Amino acid sequence: MELSGADILIRCLQDEGVEYIFGYPGGAALHIYDALYRQDKVKHILVRHEQGAAHAADGYARSTGKAGVALVTSGPGVTNTVTGIATAYMDSSPLVVISGQVPSQLIGQDAFQECDAVGITRPCVKHNFLVKDVKDIAITIKKAFYIATTGRPGPVLVDIPKDITAHKAEYAYPKTISMRSYNPVTKGHPGQIKKAVELILSAKRPMIYTGGGIIWAEAAEELTDFVRLLGYPCTNTLMGLGGYPATDPLFVGMLGMHGTYEANMGTHQSDVLIAIGARFDDRVTGELSKFCPHARIVHVDIDPSSIAKNVPVEVPIVGSAKAVLQELTKAIKATKKKPDAAALKSWWAQINEWRALNCLAYDRKTELIKPQYVLEKLYELTKGQAYVTSDVGQHQMWAAQFYKFDKPRHWINSGGLGTMGFGLPSAMGVQLAHPNKTVACVTGEASIQMCIQELSTCKQYDLPIKIINLNNRYMGMVRQWQEFFYDKRYSHSYMDALPDFERLAEAYGHVGMKIEKPGDVEGALKEALKLKDRLVFMDFITDQAENVFPMIPAGKGHNEIIMSPFLAAAPINRELA
Amino acid sequence: MRHIIAMLLENEAGALSRVAGLFSARGYNIESLSVAPTEDPTLSRLTLVTTGSDEIIEQITKQLNKLIDVVRLMELTDGPHIERELLLVKVNAAGNAREEVKRLAEIFRGRIIDVTDKNYTVELTGDGEKLDAFIEALRPSGIVEVVRSGVSGIARGDRSLRVEKTSARATATQD
Ligand SMILES: Cc1ncc(C[n+]2csc(CCOP(=O)(O)OP(=O)(O)O)c2C)c(N)n1
Repeated sequence: MELSGADILIRCLQDEGVEYIFGYPGGAALHIYDALYRQDKVKHILVRHEQGAAHAADGYARSTGKAGVALVTSGPGVTNTVTGIATAYMDSSPLVVISGQVPSQLIGQDAFQECDAVGITRPCVKHNFLVKDVKDIAITIKKAFYIATTGRPGPVLVDIPKDITAHKAEYAYPKTISMRSYNPVTKGHPGQIKKAVELILSAKRPMIYTGGGIIWAEAAEELTDFVRLLGYPCTNTLMGLGGYPATDPLFVGMLGMHGTYEANMGTHQSDVLIAIGARFDDRVTGELSKFCPHARIVHVDIDPSSIAKNVPVEVPIVGSAKAVLQELTKAIKATKKKPDAAALKSWWAQINEWRALNCLAYDRKTELIKPQYVLEKLYELTKGQAYVTSDVGQHQMWAAQFYKFDKPRHWINSGGLGTMGFGLPSAMGVQLAHPNKTVACVTGEASIQMCIQELSTCKQYDLPIKIINLNNRYMGMVRQWQEFFYDKRYSHSYMDALPDFERLAEAYGHVGMKIEKPGDVEGALKEALKLKDRLVFMDFITDQAENVFPMIPAGKGHNEIIMSPFLAAAPINRELA
Repeated sequence: MRHIIAMLLENEAGALSRVAGLFSARGYNIESLSVAPTEDPTLSRLTLVTTGSDEIIEQITKQLNKLIDVVRLMELTDGPHIERELLLVKVNAAGNAREEVKRLAEIFRGRIIDVTDKNYTVELTGDGEKLDAFIEALRPSGIVEVVRSGVSGIARGDRSLRVEKTSARATATQD
């Protein structure tokens, strides 16, 4: 039987096993919306802004590993998703975004709500398609999911003109697909594995540095086995948190601009750096010319273009983190050579000395709520089991520092693009994917206002997200840079005319709370977490002057890390003992 | 260093703009670019001339390989190869120049393919240096218009850039 293009599209999504699509209708997508209306397998979540659709699909993808799906109309519908698509692209998140397009015969005529969706998204997608024939819909959707979820994952956009969604064709969804131009590798090259093992076992001051690749490859277990087999220290990037259990003694904390002293010093002084599923981002390396002056580097990545992009590498291995870690672990177990126990002992003594500085310490004896304290309490009260999304700014860094993630896919944030507005909509995708789990959105009063309209979506679908608004009345991260690098000229970083968030949340039909004293933090969190079926917006009025430490200023090396003035009294050893 | 990269692309709308967009987005140079369909209508062949350090060229080839529409890629300058470019030049051919241009075209083995009272149009193929030299030689006569095709290239000997038909998979042979 022949089906319309719109029905074919929805059948494809059903056959692909899609549970949710996040979308917003409009003229060019109306045939598709009509097809949605006539079925109930795929559930449609109506967002309040298309940026929210892309972020929600992204949160779904990051917390499940499956592709997140968004559906929008042409023109402004698709331009509104661009921020969300670029966010997913930078963090390698698999999205399939379907956009309606004006009818084929109007393309190029500056038709109402026409925009070159394929052109506008080209630089921020893994791939995109314009469907020109109804017969191509099924194969294109199959390709879109295949490309989005394999290799280094990423967003794929499928643009479908309105007339194509009305035309008819026979429906058959391809079971498998192979593309001559796209064959992602998985296994590492055996010769390279051998070389890597030799270098890894020769280390006297090793550091294992891992990123989001561990999460996307589902390689957390393999990483844990590998690290424990060697007994080497392990650090994660912002995107890699949860890839190795944060409460494990071999974990030295996050690396990079706001990473721990021990992770940064350990990386700086390492003689062998084992990078897996990480891409030597500038927020991680600091000034490249000062990066790891002594280290010989092994780099494992599924994307060949990530290897040797920023930093020269001695042993490159192209492959999936999971497969390569299995191969490395097997090879290490098979060889007679063992890690250098004496060297490791003194290396750990050094690392523990750095660790003893307690670089994340902050002043607990104040009248004001310290943001770090809120996050510590959140961690305690959720027993480290919550899914935590965040926006961008100081609160994001504190969440990364103070919430100890033991499991992958629980820390959801925009690391690559740094998109304010990501936190709330991504939490919606996470909550839908994990309906019985606690989902906390850690945000700031500036970020939350960028997608605050989604509070309405949360009401419509009863999403009991816990919003932790660390309200410092500043774009805190901007204020911090202005304090340090612009002589305290706080140009346009004060958040004036803030709404009363408690009442705003209530106006949307949620529970609002305002917390102003340190003594009330724990009680408020407990109360909010007990409200299992309600969204609670917790507006914590925090210390305005608090800064994120440690900090490696842009252009500096890891060993030039600035510590909190609160620790001023403690001696800091930056050289090898 | 100058490099010539040859590619087989899916013959899809937009494939060329993905290649061009990659170069502008990442700030790589394109000296010339030529593209046309091959004997297999599903593939087009693109020849691109670029300059950069070894590290940049490595990144360029990796980034190009990452594009879904790039089926196969070869750096021609890695081995012996032949490069050719087509030049069409319209040049003043009045007075003394008339004989001089004809003589130069003969020396360079070009062909005069169009004639008016005032102008000659000359066709010449060769590598870039030869075309440059010819243009320089013509300059005193008064050049009206220059059209260059951009470089096309092919590897010498048995090294070839092609897609195995039988297996729908892309391969390149290297003997
Ligand atoms: C869309 C967007 N615009 C601007 C920025 C630049 N920026 C980074 S952090 C920040 C301030 C965030 O303030 P807030 O959400 O209150 O968080 P805080 O730093 O105070 O915790 C800004 C403006 C950004 N990351 N994203």
